[in-house]
Amino acid sequence: MPTKEYAIEVNQLVKSYGSNDVLQGIDLKVERGTMLALLGPNGAGKTTTVRILSTLLKYDGGTVTIEGNDVATDPDKVRSVIGLTGQSAAVDELLTGRENLVMMGRLYRLNKKSALARANELLEEFDLVKAADRPAKTYSGGMRRRLDLAVSLIATPPVIFLDEPTTGLDPRSRIAMWNIIKKLMAGGTTILLTTQYLDEADQLADRIVVIDGGKVIAEGTAQQLKSKVGNDRLELCFVDDKAFAAAKKALGKTVATSDEKEHSVSIVIKNTNEDVKKALDVLSANNIMVSSMTVHKPTLDDVFLSLTGKQTATPKKEAK
Amino acid sequence: MAVELEFEKKPKVVLAFIDSLIMIKRSSLHIIRNTDQLLGTFFQPIMFLVLFATVFGGAIAPGLPAGVDYLDFLMAGIIVQTVAFGSTTTAIAVCNDLQKGIVDRFRSLPMANLAVLNGHVISDLFRNTISTIVMIVAGLLIGFRSGASFVDWLMIAGIILLFTLAFSWLSAIVGVLAKSVEGVQWLTFIVIFPLTFASSAFVPLDTMTPILKAFAENQPITHIVEAIRALMLGTPAGDHVLMAFVWSIGILVIAVPLASWLFRRKTAQ
Repeated sequence: MPTKEYAIEVNQLVKSYGSNDVLQGIDLKVERGTMLALLGPNGAGKTTTVRILSTLLKYDGGTVTIEGNDVATDPDKVRSVIGLTGQSAAVDELLTGRENLVMMGRLYRLNKKSALARANELLEEFDLVKAADRPAKTYSGGMRRRLDLAVSLIATPPVIFLDEPTTGLDPRSRIAMWNIIKKLMAGGTTILLTTQYLDEADQLADRIVVIDGGKVIAEGTAQQLKSKVGNDRLELCFVDDKAFAAAKKALGKTVATSDEKEHSVSIVIKNTNEDVKKALDVLSANNIMVSSMTVHKPTLDDVFLSLTGKQTATPKKEAK
Repeated sequence: MAVELEFEKKPKVVLAFIDSLIMIKRSSLHIIRNTDQLLGTFFQPIMFLVLFATVFGGAIAPGLPAGVDYLDFLMAGIIVQTVAFGSTTTAIAVCNDLQKGIVDRFRSLPMANLAVLNGHVISDLFRNTISTIVMIVAGLLIGFRSGASFVDWLMIAGIILLFTLAFSWLSAIVGVLAKSVEGVQWLTFIVIFPLTFASSAFVPLDTMTPILKAFAENQPITHIVEAIRALMLGTPAGDHVLMAFVWSIGILVIAVPLASWLFRRKTAQ
């Protein structure tokens, strides 16, 4: 084991297809045992980066080391310390869940006994015991994604790449996936996650790197990024002009924006619990009736709007 | 972690061999699980055999050498045709793997990637062997008789296996190059259909036009069919047995490295 503190180190990574510069000097450092989220819209270069880091794609410049192994010169060593899951990986649809796990375990060089024991352990852990002996093509989207992740964990690699693990999942499956990922982090695995969703990065990652057009445009903790973009907002609507005017007066300085037509005001909240309570206390002390309230969290769109001045929907062609 | 993991500590060559065994198991499971294909493996050969023997039998019989029954004549041809068409499943399987992204998963593992091709080719060999045995048994049931000795049968088995292997590797090339499974089916159709019909598989060559006959006499299918037929009927084989081996081995010598090279190139973008 290398003793350096970074499990993943990427310096000035460059990749282009002809005149299309997909990556223009990406720098990433992931401390061992932490999770970094690579956040960006479609075509930002997320998948390209993951494919390079997991030895699937050659690159044109820069250096990439995983657990101290150079991706360019020692891909086999890299492959034995990584697990890849998500968009660019897959499971065998005609094999059962168990067969998939055992096969991939054997290909990771586990012996037969270990592969089988570990497969059973993962089936248990990922709630796939009942479906273990059914072909994977009969699985639901969420089950397939869980199997896909289980497969990449079969040899307990110290580094895991999760390429948009929850894209296309329904909310329940998404939360189940998050819980699994959290457990994985608790076990000390180093994780690189790519996602289009800020809340996913927010929920899971220690650090976030925002990329767009093949460049890093911001990085930091979720809190740091959000404060760049602006905080959560509480939007309050009132029954009539009178209540609206009274509320605006009572809330005073905390009002960020107001809309007379809609009878609504919005206030910035930093700590959801406290700030919402404070606002409501003020309103009830003044006997003002609230007709509705919503909490708006900054979205990836907000981050992008503030960082690049453009909307996220700028689909470019990304390497498959 | 509850489970203590033990890793194989063996030389690289041995590990690569194990990878191939794992992939053979995988592809073989595909054959068993893919019900449509499995039906094809059993019923298509029987259907072709019975249809050809009963529909064309009467018409072609007068053109055959005296004393040769059409069913006995047909057997070699129908086996080779079935195997030639059967080998195209390798192309479909390889193409499928490349399209569906599972090859990416394999490539992210510390395994020998060419094991994927080996797996498909060898499992195809199993499947075609089963098809051939089914066909011979069906043939025996409807009146096929052969005077071949045990040694002759070994020779026949050798020719068929080598031919299957050669065509499966050719098929692997098609699978790597093709952009879609439909493309594979179309491509194999326009190559294998003329190759098997413009041969002595179903009819004697004498009635063909001179140009067609010249083509038929010198292409691999005819040599392989004639070699098997001669061994089954106990007639003189001429140079057909030799040519059958030369063609199959020749194809293998070119197709194996070419398929491997193309596969590596395709997957290392």
